[in-house]
Amino acid sequence: MTTLFLAWSITGAQVMLGLAMACAAYRLLFGPRAQDRILGLDTFYVNAMLMALTFGVQTGRTLYFEASLAIALMGFAGTVALSKFLMRGEVIE
Amino acid sequence: MIQAPDLPVWAALLVAVFMLTGAAITLIGSLGLLRLKTFYERVHAPTLGTTLGTVFIVLGSMLCFSVIQSRPLVHELLIAVFVTLTTPVTLMLLARAALYRDRTEGNEDVPAYDEDAA
Repeated sequence: MTTLFLAWSITGAQVMLGLAMACAAYRLLFGPRAQDRILGLDTFYVNAMLMALTFGVQTGRTLYFEASLAIALMGFAGTVALSKFLMRGEVIE
Repeated sequence: MIQAPDLPVWAALLVAVFMLTGAAITLIGSLGLLRLKTFYERVHAPTLGTTLGTVFIVLGSMLCFSVIQSRPLVHELLIAVFVTLTTPVTLMLLARAALYRDRTEGNEDVPAYDEDAA
């Protein structure tokens, strides 16, 4: 009974995170300007990382923790590089 | 995909509440990203997900794995610390880049120069 409740709660959390990813994907695809698209990509990364954490709780494996740490690192590097590109026109000066 | 680990009742309830709260807060932040009008308003909204949303989901995950392996496991704190430290850096870089672009285009609704830099 408790396990079923926990399972449905985790599934509900995943559905909400999926909707959040859809909002970020809309900004990423249709954002009026380049900075909106980069902000959408950053939000998408964070939401995907949280989704991986919920998968980790669901399956009880610690593998997903490492995946979400890697996703967080990649998202940081990507957003910084894209912001530098918007500012200067090149990533590494 | 309906499955969950076997936890005692108190842990299951806490993990469920943490997960749902974190996901709901993240969803609210992303809805703000979708609905707010200008870029400078939108840049605030997703930080709900990167601060409170991440903290709640990380707490739930920490509690779950600590109860499963019956010893305190705090390595998820790495994610919370990392995300909380890097989000302000990236978003300030992004907002400054957007401000720079708006100024070079001569938009009226942003301040024309930076008082600190003068």
